[in-house]
Amino acid sequence: MTDERRQTVRDALSVAVTVGTYGVAFGAAGVAAGFSVLQTCLFSLLTFTGASQFAAVGVMAAGGGAASAIATASLLGTRNALYGLQMAPLLRAQGLKRVAAAQITIDESTGVALAQSRRGVHAMRLGFWITGGGTFLFWNLFTLFGALGAKALGNPASWGLDAAVPAAFLGLLWPRLTTTFLRVVAITSMAFALVVTTWLPAGLPIIASVVVAIALGWGER
Amino acid sequence: MSSTTAWMVVGATSALCFSIKLFGYYVPERWLAHPRLQRVNALIPISLLSALVVAEGLVSKTSVVIDHRAAGVAVALGLLFAKAPFPVVVVGAAGASALVYHLH
Repeated sequence: MTDERRQTVRDALSVAVTVGTYGVAFGAAGVAAGFSVLQTCLFSLLTFTGASQFAAVGVMAAGGGAASAIATASLLGTRNALYGLQMAPLLRAQGLKRVAAAQITIDESTGVALAQSRRGVHAMRLGFWITGGGTFLFWNLFTLFGALGAKALGNPASWGLDAAVPAAFLGLLWPRLTTTFLRVVAITSMAFALVVTTWLPAGLPIIASVVVAIALGWGER
Repeated sequence: MSSTTAWMVVGATSALCFSIKLFGYYVPERWLAHPRLQRVNALIPISLLSALVVAEGLVSKTSVVIDHRAAGVAVALGLLFAKAPFPVVVVGAAGASALVYHLH
């Protein structure tokens, strides 16, 4: 293995392990929201896109309806389609390999793959598969730990698990706020969600906040 | 939440999120290349995550409530400003919230 190849593998594995361990927070959040350990683990196996998973259990925990939870989670997942669009010509995967590639097309695998661009297309592919596959493995393992842990702990509020979920959303949001404009979008969305809370059914203010994204993203800037 | 509802959320969320991922591998590039669509799509996670922070941290049913969770979110915010890594932020928020919950 060349030094460059080794460096790509090292980058990919460090992201996979770090992000994978966050699965413990999702496992705990799923059980705290009222999902079973099995259902919580199935989210990580089958949905496998962190923010959407947190959103689905978060909307249910907030007393929202199933449709609102499903729609919010799906909207959060739309960015993965754009990642797939970028990865498809690079990976040239067919059949089952393409299905596997699609399932592990997330922020992290796409991010590491694109970061290898100066090392060439082979390094990009390697980065994608190792980051995606490794994150899948660790995320699922740690989801199980988190779910079993939360089940053993009992009352979620007693252990602060009900605050761990909004903190996780804030932690997912934070690194995205790279420009003043994006910070304005975040603060406007928070204010909007607070204002509409009192007159929309529980769970709906979350998906309604998409109007802020549409309004502020419509024109050129 | 009934067991049926829980299974429906798990099943439908998984099916839709996977379909969205696969869609990206089949759709012709020009369909998703529209600048307006790209701009809005880039902002959607920011709006939804922001609203989720509020809905989970400051809302109970349909009213705004400042309770132990708000203490947790405040600590999370401080830790993020201090550049703390994600697990520290989550555990710090949980610890602060649990403390306020028990003192109350």
